[in-house]
Amino acid sequence: MTAAVSAPSATPAEAVVHEEVAIRARGLAKRFGPIVALDGLDLDVPAGSIFGLLGPNGAGKTTTIRILTGLARPSAGTATVAGVEVGLDRPELRRRLGYLDQDPRFYPWMRGRELLELVGRLVGLEGADLRERVSSMLERTGLADVAGRRIGGYSGGMRQRLGIAQALLDRPAVVFLDEPVSSLDPEGRRDVLELIEGLRGETTVVVSTHVLSDVERVCDRVAILDRGQLVAEAPLDRLLAEHLRPLYRLVPEPGQREAVAGFVERVRGSPWVTDIVTASDGDVRVTVRDPAVAGAALLAMVVDQDLRLAAFERVRPTLEDVFLELVGTPSADELDGRGYVRPREAHR
Amino acid sequence: MMAGLGTFLRKELLEQWRTLRLPVVAMIFLLVGLSSPLLARFTPDILEAVAGDQFQVVLPTPTAADAVDQLAKNLGQFGGLIAVLLAMGSVATEKERGTAALFLTKPLSRAAFLTAKLLAIGLTLGVSVAIATAGAWFYTLVLFEPLALPGVAAGGVLQWLTLMAWASITFVGSTLTRSSLAAAGLGIVAFIVVGILGVLPNVGTFLPTGLGGPGRALALGVPGPDPIVPTVATIVLIGATGLVAWLAFRRQEL
Repeated sequence: MTAAVSAPSATPAEAVVHEEVAIRARGLAKRFGPIVALDGLDLDVPAGSIFGLLGPNGAGKTTTIRILTGLARPSAGTATVAGVEVGLDRPELRRRLGYLDQDPRFYPWMRGRELLELVGRLVGLEGADLRERVSSMLERTGLADVAGRRIGGYSGGMRQRLGIAQALLDRPAVVFLDEPVSSLDPEGRRDVLELIEGLRGETTVVVSTHVLSDVERVCDRVAILDRGQLVAEAPLDRLLAEHLRPLYRLVPEPGQREAVAGFVERVRGSPWVTDIVTASDGDVRVTVRDPAVAGAALLAMVVDQDLRLAAFERVRPTLEDVFLELVGTPSADELDGRGYVRPREAHR
Repeated sequence: MMAGLGTFLRKELLEQWRTLRLPVVAMIFLLVGLSSPLLARFTPDILEAVAGDQFQVVLPTPTAADAVDQLAKNLGQFGGLIAVLLAMGSVATEKERGTAALFLTKPLSRAAFLTAKLLAIGLTLGVSVAIATAGAWFYTLVLFEPLALPGVAAGGVLQWLTLMAWASITFVGSTLTRSSLAAAGLGIVAFIVVGILGVLPNVGTFLPTGLGGPGRALALGVPGPDPIVPTVATIVLIGATGLVAWLAFRRQEL
């Protein structure tokens, strides 16, 4: 149920015409045989921004990052990162970027500090400067106490922190973080998000994630991808403002699956409803035309349906609402066995 | 072109040490080196003891040449297998694990990445062949007669070049695929095919197996086949495999 939002309100080129651009992509496409992973992506990422790349699994986020970091070749289109055209074997491109894989792997025999020293030497740091940067990043990522331990003994969260440390070590012009907090516990998540927030204005950060609350917290601009296509790209506050519609949130008590489904179907047929979605946490979000009419009608339907609620409120739309409106919730037929949205196939 | 080579080579050498590849391979080669003259010297006695009174075994008196031949045979077989094992996962494992992607988003060129790996394999094999050759030279001295050290060392260098040929062919396989087993398969097939082709007249001289005859002659200090042609041919083969690996790797997505 993808909403009828066809494109960002301004093209990326228009949107950033007065800003310095750190990443520029034009018509970027990636095909794997008949599968279209990325379809004509136009993107401008302003320098110094924290840019959220959003989309469901299989939307093309990682493919975009892999092309922009020189790990994959685009099937069509061009892109520059920090003024350097992207390509497979471009050390001059890599001098300007930092990269964290969504599942960072390192040499298990190596120690954490040694890995950062190796990365530091590769990016041109040496001597006291190298030691100072390595120690500083170990402190900032909370790894100072385990820096002398072999990476093979690190937990998933520690590996992710180490990945962030190596990506930021030499303060690169552009940093790509693919799902940077996916393996972290709440405390680690908070620390890393604070670390990313601290980079605002200092370097350009592209964060790929589907944890929308994290994006709302740290990103100042977002792009939403769906099945390889850009469906929205704008500063976060503008995106929220553009999609500001009267919204009610209902939190059903657990164990009422059938009642909730019946309620949703009944509400969907009402003339004052523009959209109704069941969010990932079970909340029901109802976007309406006339909040005064809708509020009363919704409560009446709740009573009629004998639905027990933990909460009922009128809320300001969140990024999740905007995301669900633009991308929709994929049906079971649209998901593959891994829970990824099936990519589109190219027209033959 | 070679951005980051020195730094990444240091990492590769540290990896050879920390993962125990260098110590283990060196130890195996030392055992091969020490056991070769021993086998040459005592094989007749062992056979005689095993045969007992059942039948009489008549074998020529072993010489230093038998020790050199035994070393060449053992290093050719065990060493060849170890060269394939060392090279099979060198690139494929890094691609499969994702560590290649990590470092190739740093200012490290793909040429430097491959060169560092091949040099580290070469160093491990070189140190190991040197240890094996030194051990064999010492036991040949004790059990038979002293052999001129420069000649033995030159023979060792040719033996190392042969092993590097198997390693570099396997290395190409490791670069072309994401499978260590496929790379090992390529190395072993090359090992067998070159071994068969090596016995053909006029062909063997241009193959790594053609280094055996000159190596033996150099170690024993006797006249033998010219080492120049097989040496140059093997170096060209190693260079060509390195070039093929680079041409393929520079276009690969990681």
